[in-house]
Amino acid sequence: MSGLITRRGLLTGISALGAGAVLSACGAKTGSDTSKAAGAKADTSGDTVKVGLLNSLSGTMAISEVTVHNALLLAVKEINAAGGVLGKKLEPVSQDGASDWPTFAEKAQALITDSKVVATFGCWTSASRKAVKPVFERNKSLLFYPVQYEGLEQSPYIFYSGATTNQQIVPALDYLKKQGLTKLYLVGSDYVFPRTANKIIKTYAKANGMEVLGEDYAPLGSTEFATIVNKVKGAGADAVFNTLNGDSNVAFFKEYKSAGLTAKKLPVLSVSIAEEEVKSIGTQYLEGQLTAWNYYQTTPGAANEKFVAAYRAAYGKDKPTSDPMEAAYISVHLWKAMVEKAGSFDVEKVKAASDGIEFDAPEGKVTVDGATQHVHKTARIGKVTASGLIEEVWNSGGPIKPDPYLKGYDWAADL
Amino acid sequence: MTVILNQSFTGVSIGAVLLLIALGLTLTFGQMGVINMAHGEFIMAGAYTTYVLQKPIENAGISLLLALPVAFLVAGSMGALLEWLLIRRLYARPLDTLLVTWGVSLMLQQLARDVFGAPNVQTTAPDLLTGSVSVAGVTLANSRLFILGFALLCVCGLAAILRVTPLGRRIRAVVQNRDLAEVSGIATGRVDRTTFFIGSGLAGMAGVALTLIGPIGPTTGTNYIVDAFLVVVVGGIGRLRGAVITAFVLGLLQSVLEYSTTVSVAKVVVLVGIVAFLQWRPQGLYTVRTRSLV
Repeated sequence: MSGLITRRGLLTGISALGAGAVLSACGAKTGSDTSKAAGAKADTSGDTVKVGLLNSLSGTMAISEVTVHNALLLAVKEINAAGGVLGKKLEPVSQDGASDWPTFAEKAQALITDSKVVATFGCWTSASRKAVKPVFERNKSLLFYPVQYEGLEQSPYIFYSGATTNQQIVPALDYLKKQGLTKLYLVGSDYVFPRTANKIIKTYAKANGMEVLGEDYAPLGSTEFATIVNKVKGAGADAVFNTLNGDSNVAFFKEYKSAGLTAKKLPVLSVSIAEEEVKSIGTQYLEGQLTAWNYYQTTPGAANEKFVAAYRAAYGKDKPTSDPMEAAYISVHLWKAMVEKAGSFDVEKVKAASDGIEFDAPEGKVTVDGATQHVHKTARIGKVTASGLIEEVWNSGGPIKPDPYLKGYDWAADL
Repeated sequence: MTVILNQSFTGVSIGAVLLLIALGLTLTFGQMGVINMAHGEFIMAGAYTTYVLQKPIENAGISLLLALPVAFLVAGSMGALLEWLLIRRLYARPLDTLLVTWGVSLMLQQLARDVFGAPNVQTTAPDLLTGSVSVAGVTLANSRLFILGFALLCVCGLAAILRVTPLGRRIRAVVQNRDLAEVSGIATGRVDRTTFFIGSGLAGMAGVALTLIGPIGPTTGTNYIVDAFLVVVVGGIGRLRGAVITAFVLGLLQSVLEYSTTVSVAKVVVLVGIVAFLQWRPQGLYTVRTRSLV
């Protein structure tokens, strides 16, 4: 149902854009020739270069995406304070995706053609990334995507600075298995990330002697969870694997607590709840629940102390930092390092220079994997504390090589 | 058996939420015939009132109880202001009212975003309302029981006002025949404004109760507005009884379908059911002659 709507929305967005690209190309005959389209080239002639920031500043996803937008601005500010990139200051251009996927595609095109940005940073939901992917590919422009996602993708024009499945979901399943929590119940929002993630979870479960007792999806933005919680409660599972996104988490966890379920009785492992979401859901509903990420505000290290302090100085003392924010923050710094290594803003040269780029990130040292355009990251499982922060309870011991198609895992052969 | 009982309670509690959000609308839309798209934003205003009151008042129980009358006043005043500024100039033009109030709804959402920030805010629920009680193996969430009780209280209160008070008599008189009411010496303009005040105030109180189960953010109202209209339309314009029955029937239907299928499928089936029902009975469950329909 939702797949249909998404696809249709996507098609409308793309066809509208396609028409726009043809018009602006003024006679470009083939689709592959659009790089010559007038206005699609990045402008690097002045003292400043523009970078696009594409986040939902309104709508149901704003709760999460605004923080990513802030982190991106912080990184841009830091880079400018240190002299810019190749001697040019960065000028951020923000566009509001408004939690609406066709709008994302429209705004992406506007950033590329109207603002002539050298690179774009942003998107949160996979649906929005899927919507803009063809836009960036057609225009041969770069997108840096900062959020953990469902894998099975490797666009030549997207760098993924968040975790792919083998750096988040697979380690999380390993952790649950190690804890003896082998009977799972899957709850997710109804769109591409939860559905793909759950497909991977089910395949993993089958191969690893775990059991999936139930699987439920709620439309994005849904706030009525009484029935789903009843189903979860009656299923006899050991743990809930939660891939809900946005507002729905608030309603889900309020209902969960009301039904008398606690982290002790039936832990929930969430992959989309970071420090900022903990704050807006309410710690009284989340205390003791598990999350899977690569970074927490409490992650030790000098780079993180600096990042947390800088973020608080810029946005307020009570503002937490989270994994997607950190991934967004490092994505700008990684791009800067790539451009400097390449000695040029040229997209193809930047891509060629990407392999092996290292950055001393708040989460620890990260390295770009040029072949997949993903980043080596350490997986961490955390527990929500009474103060609303997340405390690490387990980590993978070192950075995991990104494997978006799970080629290195035998059980994933059928995916 | 437990499953059936559990789901029945879920259905009743979904129904209570529907009833609560639709109750104000039975007055403004049902009685007065105004299609107020900003109704959801009055719910949001109520929710934010709870949040604001919790800052100075530490005790979550007291602040929640206090939030109910305050939210009624806040949302009610917003409604009365909206009626006085815009709606009374558009009484004969329902389509324009729809567009104008929709615009107002967008403006109010943006206002909330500017004042409280785009991310959701959280309120602390009183301990008493976060737990649950078990009766014969059925878990009854305290927050849901509270909402159910509160919704019924509101219905009774509203019914009493409409039925026995002089104000209620005037409201009914204006709805049934505006001209005759006017020549009988009723200040119809003032009655309109009072009706709108009460209807919007009810939405504000619904917002307070909904902080117990849902998110509080700039888009909170949009989550509920469609359901609220559905309840009023299916129940029959202008009939409290229709809204009550419809809310609980839709709630039970939704919970049964959700349990046996998925949330998305349940929503589709309920909507298809409503469309079919309105084909068969366009006037809804119950009808009354109102000036919007003559």
